[in-house]
Amino acid sequence: MSAHDHAGHDHAHGGAAHGSLRGYLIGFFLSVILTAIPFWLVMDGVIDNKQATAVIVMAFAVVQIIVHMIFFLHMNPASEGGWSMLALIFTVILVVIVLSGSLWVMYHLNANMMPAVHEMRQMP
Amino acid sequence: MPETLTKFIFGRLTLESLPLHEPIVVGTFIVVALGGLAVLAAITYFKLWGYLWREWFTSVDHKKIGVMYMALGLVMLLRGFSDAIMMRLQQAIAFNGSEGYLNAHHYDQIFTAHGVIMIFFVAMPFVTGLMNFVVPLQIGARDVSFPFLNNFSFWMTVGGAILVMASLFVGEFARTGWLAYPPLSGINYSPDVGVDYYIWALQVAGVGTTLSGINLICTIIKMRAPGMTMMRMPVFTWTSLCTNILIVASFPVLTAVLTLLALDRYVGTNFFTNDFGGNPMMYVNLIWIWGHPEVYILILPLFGVFSEVTSTFSGKRLFGYTSMVYATVVITILSYLVWLHHFFTMGSGASVNSFFGITTMIISIPTGAKMFNWLFTMYRGRIRFELPMMWTVAFMLTFVVGGMTGVLLAVPPADFVLHNSLFLIAHFHNVIIGGVLFGLFAGIAYWWPKAFGFRLDPFWGKVSFWCWVLGFWFAFMPLYILGLMGVTRRMRVFDDPSLQIWFVIAAFGAVLIAAGIAAFLVQIFVSIRRREALADHTGDPWDGRTLEWSTSSPPPAYNFAFTPIIRDNDAWWDMKKAGYRRPLSGFKPIHMPKNTGTGVILAVFSVALGFGLIWYMWWLAALSFVCLIATAIGHTFNYHRDFDIPAAEVAQTEEARTTLLAAQG
Repeated sequence: MSAHDHAGHDHAHGGAAHGSLRGYLIGFFLSVILTAIPFWLVMDGVIDNKQATAVIVMAFAVVQIIVHMIFFLHMNPASEGGWSMLALIFTVILVVIVLSGSLWVMYHLNANMMPAVHEMRQMP
Repeated sequence: MPETLTKFIFGRLTLESLPLHEPIVVGTFIVVALGGLAVLAAITYFKLWGYLWREWFTSVDHKKIGVMYMALGLVMLLRGFSDAIMMRLQQAIAFNGSEGYLNAHHYDQIFTAHGVIMIFFVAMPFVTGLMNFVVPLQIGARDVSFPFLNNFSFWMTVGGAILVMASLFVGEFARTGWLAYPPLSGINYSPDVGVDYYIWALQVAGVGTTLSGINLICTIIKMRAPGMTMMRMPVFTWTSLCTNILIVASFPVLTAVLTLLALDRYVGTNFFTNDFGGNPMMYVNLIWIWGHPEVYILILPLFGVFSEVTSTFSGKRLFGYTSMVYATVVITILSYLVWLHHFFTMGSGASVNSFFGITTMIISIPTGAKMFNWLFTMYRGRIRFELPMMWTVAFMLTFVVGGMTGVLLAVPPADFVLHNSLFLIAHFHNVIIGGVLFGLFAGIAYWWPKAFGFRLDPFWGKVSFWCWVLGFWFAFMPLYILGLMGVTRRMRVFDDPSLQIWFVIAAFGAVLIAAGIAAFLVQIFVSIRRREALADHTGDPWDGRTLEWSTSSPPPAYNFAFTPIIRDNDAWWDMKKAGYRRPLSGFKPIHMPKNTGTGVILAVFSVALGFGLIWYMWWLAALSFVCLIATAIGHTFNYHRDFDIPAAEVAQTEEARTTLLAAQG
């Protein structure tokens, strides 16, 4: 877009670096591997414990997110003069608040309000 | 025509869908249609279509888009207020066995439409418009980062507004309350099109809001004039930055939760149903994760307006700039930690309720700090009680009451008594009218001369001011009292005749507010008529302190012939003190974005897509979706997006201003 003539097109000054073919290929293969392993875990039922499988799949998902951020979004602590990192930290804080808060709240609501499964004595 | 073919073409839209059996709606339709035809005829008669299309609709100039947002907000304010005064009238007369004049079906749509329109299509466009107009000027930029995106965002917001307005005459609107809680908003209990209008109107407008948030964040971070560090940004720019961060972080939650609701309604999933493992409480939880930040999205920019107005009209630097910035940032974070206070009574345990009760009380601390900063700015200042300052003082007196009743509601045991009572209604109208609306009027009166080159007429402004302020107190104090007596919200008829007097007083207040709105319209009309007498040629009518006052009124398309260099918080004040002289020569060509009609076209397709989905006209939905994507891709091949304003033209514009300034002496 235009109208940022004085902001300039110079990525040399703290802008994010554009990736190389090598970087994209590494990112692509890592993503494929990180997708294939959870798929295999679920389809072949490698681990008996379903809960453990779910946790492992979630962990792979988190690693996958980090891979995408580094290889596809080209994020590092210095990119965009530190603004990417700041935005990331803010996002992580919000996601943690929203997810943990929702789990906490919904656990309470389920325990207290869902019909006839629980007794009032067990209120958290 | 065979029935299947009709069904294919029109989906579930039939002649019975038109609300011909509702005389009030038919009457409204006739009035709106005649008014609309008159406007269209006038535009055609005066041959304004070309002008409007070239200079406004397709414009990527942030100032014009800002003005268009304000116009949209004003039009929708009239609609939202009509709903309000109809409710007030209904509640004032529906006593002693009277059913009032609205049936339940219609009344339920009215209170839903009132809430949806006032938040999404009045407050949001007003706030976004103000930020769009002011922020680039305040930071010394020539436009926003993505000018086309800005135009597109505006038209998507208009698209959402069009869908809501269409629901009045084609089909019906939701009867669920403004947040459309399931299971009531589920397909079993609301099988008709009302909730679908709600979903698609908000989804279309939500695209615009999110994109405009990204645009303004980018603008503020990347396009500040040299020397303007973060801690030298004007407070309005700071509050705008925080607001847009909130928009970008919270609107995706709304989009997601409405998508889940749409899946429940369209393809039979069970996210929020009562059966098959669905949980309607999850919807309430999620929508308030968006809903509470939304409250701060609305109020934060206005806190910025009050800061600018207070320091300008007290002739002093703002007291406690740093604390103001930190208070804003703290509110930004804390606004994500309080959402449960909207449903204390839904059944969380004591631990959850006390946590969210305490965070809610904590959030009043930074807000209180701001209030003291404004008071200390006024202290020993040379206060000029012009219109913007009057609105600011009225805000301080009114908003404090709303804030304190908010802290009352933050106490969970008190909330169990007051939840969904008229006390709550009085509280949030107290902060939204007393904060957001008063702030908008302050901002409009303050920046109007910058936008158009003449001031607003002060007499009619004062009439509007007093009608609004007194009207507000008359309309909402009775609701506090009724709420304490246990009257709940959204009631259509009442049994207890002793309550009637309070509703009559509230209706009187609503009539005063109607007079206030009328006086505001008269003020605009009179000001345009008297624009020669009210003209301001200096560009700095209020002896302002921030950069927007350094350029002409209205600013040239390029805002600043030379990018200013910033050495102080109050940049323009500092420049004036240092004996700044306008550069009179050495102009260079200025690189600017070109206008484009793509935003309008994309929005038209989005409205068609929404309409098709609402009425189950699948061919229309599919067709408009394909057109939407094709147009968006096609636009990326448009390489002729920019042009240069020749140096000679810049020199000519600046020369004209030099002459005007010299005439001032």
